[in-house]
Amino acid sequence: MSELRGRLASWDSAIIGVTVLVLIGASIGVENFGNSSNFTFLILDLLPIALIALPMTMIVITGEIDLSVASTLGLTSAIMGDLWNRGLTIETIMPLCVLAGALLGAVNGFLINRLGLPSLAVTIGTLALYRGLALVVLGDAAVADFPWTYTGWVTGTIGGAVPNVLIILVVLAVIAGVVLHATPFGRSLFAIGANDQAARFSGINVTRTKFWLYVVSGAVAGLAGVLWTLRYSSARADNGAGLELAVVAAVLLGGVSIFGGKGSLWGVLSGVLLLAALQNALRLQDVSGQALNIVTGVLLIASVLLPNIITGTRNALQKRRLRAAVPAQSS
Amino acid sequence: MSVAVTEIHKQDQKPGRSLGYVFRQREMGIVLALVALVAYTAINQSRFLSSQSIRDILLNTAILAVLASGMAVVVITRHIDLSVGSVLGLSAFAVATVMQHNQDLPMVAALALGLGIGAVAGVVNGALVHFGNVPALVVTLGTMYAYRGLTYSWAGGQQVTADEVPRHFLRFANSDLLGVPWLVIIALAVIAGVGVMMRNYRIGRELYAMGSSPQAAGLAGIKIARNTLVAFVISGALAGLGGVLYASRFGTVDAASGNGYELQVVAAVVVGGVAVFGGSGTIWGAGLGALLLTVIGSALAVLDINQFWQQAIVGALIVLAIGADRLVAVRIARSLRKRDSHV
Repeated sequence: MSELRGRLASWDSAIIGVTVLVLIGASIGVENFGNSSNFTFLILDLLPIALIALPMTMIVITGEIDLSVASTLGLTSAIMGDLWNRGLTIETIMPLCVLAGALLGAVNGFLINRLGLPSLAVTIGTLALYRGLALVVLGDAAVADFPWTYTGWVTGTIGGAVPNVLIILVVLAVIAGVVLHATPFGRSLFAIGANDQAARFSGINVTRTKFWLYVVSGAVAGLAGVLWTLRYSSARADNGAGLELAVVAAVLLGGVSIFGGKGSLWGVLSGVLLLAALQNALRLQDVSGQALNIVTGVLLIASVLLPNIITGTRNALQKRRLRAAVPAQSS
Repeated sequence: MSVAVTEIHKQDQKPGRSLGYVFRQREMGIVLALVALVAYTAINQSRFLSSQSIRDILLNTAILAVLASGMAVVVITRHIDLSVGSVLGLSAFAVATVMQHNQDLPMVAALALGLGIGAVAGVVNGALVHFGNVPALVVTLGTMYAYRGLTYSWAGGQQVTADEVPRHFLRFANSDLLGVPWLVIIALAVIAGVGVMMRNYRIGRELYAMGSSPQAAGLAGIKIARNTLVAFVISGALAGLGGVLYASRFGTVDAASGNGYELQVVAAVVVGGVAVFGGSGTIWGAGLGALLLTVIGSALAVLDINQFWQQAIVGALIVLAIGADRLVAVRIARSLRKRDSHV
């Protein structure tokens, strides 16, 4: 067990190390990477990914997955545009959107936990369903005339460098970190991921726990939808399409095991930062946005493949060492 | 779908019949849903059954059915291949570009090229899944973006248009053999070929066994490594073939061709009665699923219902179909238990 923890710690610290190296390297090697306005853009770009990654970390730790998050973001964005067109005040719309996200998450949670359907298949279904509903709500129109007080605040900064929205991210990240790593609830998530039957027998209400994780995941995706809409001052049905890849990639890159039971929030946050920094630096080097997906895709696979290879070689070496040791003892 | 469930429900009282019968019932459900939908639409709008309309529906089904056959093989093995839309795009762009520069190349060469590109993409997926021990979801989600990114970095913003590719290449998808479009013949041949392979040949039965229980299959001496590769190569190659058909049908191809197509394919397979838990379902069921999805799309257009509903319906159908599978599985388990307790 301690060996396992050591290996985990090393993957976490390796990712943090790589992230720091990439940040330093890009600041020196890539023009404009280090200046303050680029830093603002970097944070604004990674904000939705980081926000959604918080509950996604917990879901993956319990051994499940939620691929519908980007579509939830798109649907809440479409709802936001529609309600704004209907003349509701923005102060009413924003909490309603977060609530709508929570409801969409509850639908996932119900299908997965009450009916016992596999989360992968269900959330592929709701990925299509929610995006489709977003199209039904808003069609291919865009709503753009949101009040400047809010759009300005989302893109604004404190002292010219630190974006206002970073406050939201830090507050939610601290809450998520404390819940995951310092409460019995957080420990129960690891227990469920390691062995959900054992968790059930030790008195954890697995069904209810997972259900609420999906509700939170939906609500946070709804919040990300609101912030996305305000940032670009544009409510569109296709907002955030494909974002689920970046979130899953960041979570796995951050050392969370896709098989459940292992992972840490700081690993995931550095995974998010690493991905965003790489993309940002490459974009500054004029690599096209779509081609950047190669990087994300390859990193996603590598983040699961590399630990497997490392464990595999370590086990093989150990076996060979043991085999070599046995005849030496018997002679 | 509800039809399938009630059929199964009736089955429940007669637990003596074979399991195969139950799954045949599942496809009967799709056929009934299809008949009901066509009848309803035709009554409201008679031109829905005109020969041109039927031809369009069959042409639109063909490519989806080819990809769904490959996906069904992978899903039966208890994996998934989300990269098929990107493989289709890569193959379509590659074939269109090659044909653009070599106007005299025969159609066979184009088909071989598409199949080859798809097969290579499939080998990469399969090798990462089996030898890398990475879940298929992660691998194919990654390669879905990687293959798409590859196409984008190759194509950039440019596209190949219909007047740049050779005439015979375009004629292929739009010409008939005895009144049946070539595209439809190819799709039927693929369904029949893969279907027979899965139903009657050793490799097919082994893939079902792997999907039912990977561990038991391994203990029974089934070559898991080779079979996993075969499953992903079939899916990849058929997606590559789909790319050639796509390029031939539409003529104009850019880097975004087939973007998001994987959802339709997964929906066709799952709606067609291939269980996401692996180990059950048929290829012709997946083909029926593809037909049902296409008919829904056309029916919406003919009935003048907002086109934007289509994707939402696809999503709802996926969720419904998974739910129906679950119900079937629970009922079968219960009836088996009942039967065993009698013995």
